[in-house]
Amino acid sequence: MTTLAAPMPSLRHRSSRWFARNLIRIYAGLAFIYLFIPVAYTFAFSFNDAGKSNLVWQGFTLDNWKNPCGAAQVCEAVANSLQIGVISTVAATILGTMIAFALGRHKFKGRKTTNLLIFLPMATPEVVLGASLLAMFLNLRINPGYWTIVIAHVMFCISFVVVTVKARIASLDPKLEQAAMDLYANERETFRYVTLPLVMPGIAGAALLAFSLSFDDFIITNFNSGIVSTFPKFVYVSAARGIPAQANVIGSAMFFIALIIVIVGQVVSRQRKKL
Amino acid sequence: MAFVHGLNTAHSGAKSSLKSKSLTPYILLAPGLIWLITFFIIPIFSLASTSTMVRPEGAQIGTYVQELRFANYVDAFLANKEQYLRSFVYAAFATLLALAIAYPLAYAIAFKSGKYRNILLVMVVAPFFTSFLLRTIAWTQILADSGPIVSAIKVLPFVDEMFRINNTSTAVVIGLAYNFLPFMTLPLYASLERIDPRTLEAAGDLYANGFTTFRKVTLPLSMPGVVAGTLLTFIPAAGDYVNAAILGNPGTKMIGNVIESRFFAVVDYPTAAALSFTLMATILILVTLYIRKSGTDELV
Amino acid sequence: MANNKVSQDTGDLKLDRLSKHYGDFCAVDDLSLVVPDGSFFALLGPSGCGKTTTLRMVAGLEEPSAGTISIGDTDITTQKSYRRNVNTVFQNYALFPHLTIFENIAFGLRRRGVKDVKTEVENALNLVEMGHLAQRKPNQLSGGQQQRIAVARAIVNRPEVLLLDEPLGALDLKLRRQMQIELKRIQTEVGITFIHVTHDQEEAMTMADTIAVMNLGKIEQMGSATELYEAPKTAFVANFLGQCNLIKGKVTSRANGKAVVLAKGISFEVPLSRVATDNESVFVGVRPEKLRLDDTGINSIKDCVVIDRSFVGTSTQYLVKAPWDLDLVVFEQNDEGLHDLRVGDKVSLEWDPEHTFALDGAQDINAGSDLDDEE
Repeated sequence: MTTLAAPMPSLRHRSSRWFARNLIRIYAGLAFIYLFIPVAYTFAFSFNDAGKSNLVWQGFTLDNWKNPCGAAQVCEAVANSLQIGVISTVAATILGTMIAFALGRHKFKGRKTTNLLIFLPMATPEVVLGASLLAMFLNLRINPGYWTIVIAHVMFCISFVVVTVKARIASLDPKLEQAAMDLYANERETFRYVTLPLVMPGIAGAALLAFSLSFDDFIITNFNSGIVSTFPKFVYVSAARGIPAQANVIGSAMFFIALIIVIVGQVVSRQRKKL
Repeated sequence: MAFVHGLNTAHSGAKSSLKSKSLTPYILLAPGLIWLITFFIIPIFSLASTSTMVRPEGAQIGTYVQELRFANYVDAFLANKEQYLRSFVYAAFATLLALAIAYPLAYAIAFKSGKYRNILLVMVVAPFFTSFLLRTIAWTQILADSGPIVSAIKVLPFVDEMFRINNTSTAVVIGLAYNFLPFMTLPLYASLERIDPRTLEAAGDLYANGFTTFRKVTLPLSMPGVVAGTLLTFIPAAGDYVNAAILGNPGTKMIGNVIESRFFAVVDYPTAAALSFTLMATILILVTLYIRKSGTDELV
Repeated sequence: MANNKVSQDTGDLKLDRLSKHYGDFCAVDDLSLVVPDGSFFALLGPSGCGKTTTLRMVAGLEEPSAGTISIGDTDITTQKSYRRNVNTVFQNYALFPHLTIFENIAFGLRRRGVKDVKTEVENALNLVEMGHLAQRKPNQLSGGQQQRIAVARAIVNRPEVLLLDEPLGALDLKLRRQMQIELKRIQTEVGITFIHVTHDQEEAMTMADTIAVMNLGKIEQMGSATELYEAPKTAFVANFLGQCNLIKGKVTSRANGKAVVLAKGISFEVPLSRVATDNESVFVGVRPEKLRLDDTGINSIKDCVVIDRSFVGTSTQYLVKAPWDLDLVVFEQNDEGLHDLRVGDKVSLEWDPEHTFALDGAQDINAGSDLDDEE
């Protein structure tokens, strides 16, 4: 036999090639671990039998989950955050969607200025947004409280809604609306039966984004809330003396709820494509 | 991830479907724009106005008189230039760290994830569904002096007994990078995802090795994402104060901390307003220069 | 519930001096034509010639800058597209992705308030042989299936005129051929006026009763496929439909129903009815398949040299150089009497006067050929 089989690369060679090819994947895996450590930690400590100060592990318990409102003021803060979140989301989504349609489907003067006005709040640090709003309220002798929070939240969410919905509108084939008009739908019917259903996923995504921005906002809220408590404020304030484990419960619950919503959204949109 | 698409695809061909009906666009724009003007533009003017006020001699704390004292700016800046500088330095380091972590992550999801792509994208964003404060506080626990990470590092021979991470500038930078990671990752992913993998194959066909392909093809094509990501990370990081408060010490105060304390602890609105205004102006200037230099003029 | 009143006009489609300007650019230039009710009409031309713009104006999706459009006695120029009794099959089908096939087809019916949607939709689906796909979504269908649904969606509304905007462009060759036959069958069955826009001359010639060749916003020539092919009136039409040979010359006499043209010292005879101009300077034209490799005919060119040959199955295509450095294309059918010429062989060409035509010599001799493709 004179045919020579190619020599097997040595184990060391093969493993270093595998390593090089998968370097990116390994790195990404480490990055994911980095991303999830605090989340895992928060989740783990939500089971801590710790009383007031949730700093050191003292024992496993389900009590915190069974009684999330056990610690003082946690649920009041969460309730406020949820209410404010819903109101701000509805308002910001409506206002932002209207602007997005104007930008995406109409001609008008002042497009550049409008784009700038939408862009600026996203480019301004939260400290400045919060401080300037507070300055205005103080100058007008308005006391910061519940509604100033809502006003602030709507303000900084509009831009994000506009960007999200505008992108969705831009991806809409204009021929579809022309086809609708060709098929006897007037402007109103075209919007109702073709445009709106197709833009709806973008609007839903924008609403979700607005809600999460609102619920989790701390800096702007801190400047404009007076004595009203929101969940992030509560956590910050109680950080000094020790955050109760119930806060971890809320945080983890929010995580799982949001995760489920996103996953369900993905599954639904995939189903829609299959049906 | 429609929001991210907006950052890169917003300038589209929608013009072919534009209607020129007279009033409708203005009716659509009015409510939202009025809201923004009332609660964003006017407050900026309020801020500017407050920044030149003065508390008269002997007057009650919190009362001010408009005297157009522009010297407030000079005073405020001189008294806090250390914190200013620190803010930009921390923000810059945090941005670089975030870029270093996010770029390979985004690359892996864009090119090496196969059918898990959507799941991975969700997993990048998912941690940020927990309260940002809870996460930051979690870091103080994880990086605690007696915690596993610091203990492991202390085992190394060249590490000092007094080594700590918590309450140092390192912790602040780590916290900043962590908290703004999705803002860096998603735009990067969006622009990497648009690169046709066959372009990379073509580069290989034309004798470029992996690294050269990256340097000459992938990196330039992903620049819009890099620009968007760095901006979206740097801007909020420069103005942040929560990370410095929780993970830092009095020596790591950023300009955000100063502004916050001038509003609430030491009631000194003019100084706080002057500092805020200067911060905003500086950022706007840096952003404009940065965008001009990298040539991306569409961000919305 | 729609309360749109859709016009109930019937009759021929008439475009009268229709124009469309975009700023300085004139897309459609003073175009007039009549499409008889119930015919299959094609608008043929290269991209940018204005055919799609014309179609969109008839659909109501573009506003004309000047001129009128009418169906029968009704002027529809200013009517919105949702009031016109006209439907369009779009180039990329434009099926509504969020609706089922059934709802896509039912869309127009529902907007007009038709009661019995089910029967109409089923009939339309059967007409295009897609009945089993009613509950699917467009993205689950192949290109060819989507195309048929797009046709069904338009036809179910029984419009007076059906407009097709290059509907077969995205299909592969075999499927396209199939659909050409299908569309012709449907048009005959349903009896609606079809206006088909295309850049593919074979497609137009296969399907249409009448073809209008468009170039730069104007109609160059209109007629049946045979008329346009055998008796073109402009260089553009001669070059755009198939291939042709054009030789520049001068008319020396017009008498007894014949014109004599002198070109390069050779006299060519052209029947007067096939001379498209009164000018003295003309192009003498003849189609490649009419040329015979011999020297005994009335019109002939001697002393040519074969410079290229391609065997394409049904015929052999020769490129032959005339003595004065002009390349002529000759198709010889793969039949008995085949001359099996090689490159370098000397050959003479001849053809009959009734296959000759003469065009105005003041035009661009390459108009409409592939060489003319730069915009």
